[in-house]
Amino acid sequence: MNNTFTQLENFGHSLKTACYRLQPKTNEEIHEVFQLAKKQGLTVTARGAGRSYNDASLNGGGIVMDLTGMNRILEWDPATGVVRGEPGVTLSQLWQKVLPDGWWPPVVSGTMTTTLGGCLAANVHGKNNYRVGPIGEHVVEFTALLPTGAEVTCSPQKNADLFYSMIGGYGMLGIFTSVTLQMKKVESGLLEVHAMPSHTLKEQLQQIEDGAPNYDYIVGWLDCITVGHGQVHAANYLHEGEDPEPKKTLQLSYQNLPSRLFGVMPKAWLHYFMTPFVNNVGWWGVNHAKYITSLRTHTFRQSHAAFHFLLDYVPDFERSYGRGGLIEYQSFLPKETALQAWTEMLNLSVKMGLPSYLGVTKRHRPDKFLLTHANDGFSLAQDFKVTDGNRKRLSEMLQEYDKIVLANGGRFYFVKNSETTAETTLKFYGEETVEKFKKLKKRCDPNGLLESDLYRRIFG
Amino acid sequence: MENSVTDTLKPAPATPLQPRRRAILIGAAQGIGAALAKKLADEGYTLALVDRNPERLNKVCVDINANGQSAVPYPHDVTDYESVPSTLRRIVADLGGLDLFVYVAGVIHFPALDEYNFEQDHKMVEVNLLGAMAWMSQVAPMFQNAKRGQIVGVSSVAGDRGRIGNPGYNTSKAGLTTYLEALRNRLTRHGVNVITIKPGMVKTEMLALPGAPRPMFAVTPEQAANEIAKAIRKHQQVVYVSGLWRWIMLVIRHIPSVIFRRMSF
Repeated sequence: MNNTFTQLENFGHSLKTACYRLQPKTNEEIHEVFQLAKKQGLTVTARGAGRSYNDASLNGGGIVMDLTGMNRILEWDPATGVVRGEPGVTLSQLWQKVLPDGWWPPVVSGTMTTTLGGCLAANVHGKNNYRVGPIGEHVVEFTALLPTGAEVTCSPQKNADLFYSMIGGYGMLGIFTSVTLQMKKVESGLLEVHAMPSHTLKEQLQQIEDGAPNYDYIVGWLDCITVGHGQVHAANYLHEGEDPEPKKTLQLSYQNLPSRLFGVMPKAWLHYFMTPFVNNVGWWGVNHAKYITSLRTHTFRQSHAAFHFLLDYVPDFERSYGRGGLIEYQSFLPKETALQAWTEMLNLSVKMGLPSYLGVTKRHRPDKFLLTHANDGFSLAQDFKVTDGNRKRLSEMLQEYDKIVLANGGRFYFVKNSETTAETTLKFYGEETVEKFKKLKKRCDPNGLLESDLYRRIFG
Repeated sequence: MENSVTDTLKPAPATPLQPRRRAILIGAAQGIGAALAKKLADEGYTLALVDRNPERLNKVCVDINANGQSAVPYPHDVTDYESVPSTLRRIVADLGGLDLFVYVAGVIHFPALDEYNFEQDHKMVEVNLLGAMAWMSQVAPMFQNAKRGQIVGVSSVAGDRGRIGNPGYNTSKAGLTTYLEALRNRLTRHGVNVITIKPGMVKTEMLALPGAPRPMFAVTPEQAANEIAKAIRKHQQVVYVSGLWRWIMLVIRHIPSVIFRRMSF
């Protein structure tokens, strides 16, 4: 097994951490990593594609188990839509495998580079969370290797306590070794997308609330510099007969995002051109241009890949945020308090001159997972550029944010938030939940081998 | 290294908005090392301090931690070469990474002009040179793979020439200077900076030893620490402390052997 001390980063390039990276390819090798860690007194963290914005897949000075080498799709049944894959299988591999047969992953993240293991560990949600829940609700079964050496099989019926805690458990209880997922049947490679402008935050939340029952997906873009400007995209699957050429649209060639802009410029260069705009003034311009072009209410058809994987439009978009990288702050608020809380938060960020350059709103519903991040309400994800000059003020502002979110009964999501403290975590999960999780942790990992920087931060 | 103190002092992980620079300092219990530890703590480093003298080391740590800064003691004798890899691994795991490695540990014996003392020479080479090589040969590949980091070795102006007064010490420091230069040539291309510090005279316990020369252009340990911290900040390569010694040694390095071997220093 390759063992190198190397520097790993998070998705936003805002953390650079040196770890021993080990790349197991089999269950036996995962077990060997645990043995090695125990012998050397080190801790272990699992890492997939490294697409979390915080420290979830980092373990400073410890071992990071890179599972991207375990990326085989083991079984695929086009008749039932059930697929079984290793933890390192990416969503990109997955949809490309199932779409030609008329299926699509029921829940996807904003980038297709994420892995199944990572998606389960974070229990990711999509733009359809209010309808179908997080990805965990579509897991038929998974197998996992615990640090004790035990191999467990979990489903909602079997080992249910582990099923509902390992999914969304940030890899702190065990390592997924295979995942069985139910795909969603689709009749076309296209979605029908409705775009509508919104002029205030209140209007946007109302549009999402009213639109949700009528659409399969709904998502809002919010301008956080000129607060209130925005656009809502709502999409529906096409039913049988609505797509004149489903055979054609289900083909991969129809879905793939173009790799060149205007057919000429490689998109890999695009983030260099964005860099000069990623500041308060430049982004104000970008947002205004976007708002003006989005004022027209219109309907169009878009491929699944183009609709879902916005973050892949500009490859390495996160590089455009400069040397300090970016952090993300996502808060989940009950529908009753969302407007009031976010108005307060957005006003504060404008007042402090630290606006977010991207705001994304979604609708959510609660789920049964132990460390759930969703509630019956909305979420707002905000991107912040980090610079040497703004760290201190940004940190102060986000502490204020945390207070506002807690006071309004909100929750956080730990592939996004990088600054949440143990104290805040205890408050929003509740002591009972944290106690329950720690008890399970003791059972699955009595020697405390599985630890990430995230774990030490929020449960430390 | 079953030291329960270190467990309780384990620093919190860094976050994007609360970054953390982490340093190991070898030979931190007295003199330049202790002064540099305080200086680096002031600059925001989280420190792992290593020394063979646990009592004095603890005192330095207690002083630093009393200021709300973070320093953890790791008692270790640099001539215990076998334990270096595991000690380093333990420290890096506790710190959650490593950005800076500083080797200050050094011993000196001032022989009489007609004295040949292999036992003392052996000791000086072991601590001043082999200890540094034992640690740096572990730290260098780490930094090389991580593509960042700084290695600082405190050598001496004594390594610039072999003098009549102290063949053993000159040799140990010349070896260290050459080793650091070679490391620099290996690592610069990997984004790692290597700094050679060459103190002239610093008012530490070394100068109080029997046979020590009269202080000349001597600086305090605190002044030396400031200069070293500046070299780290500015990513410099070869730094004389104080700067005056650069010019003194420029002259001394160019004295032809035919004259130098007849001189009395």
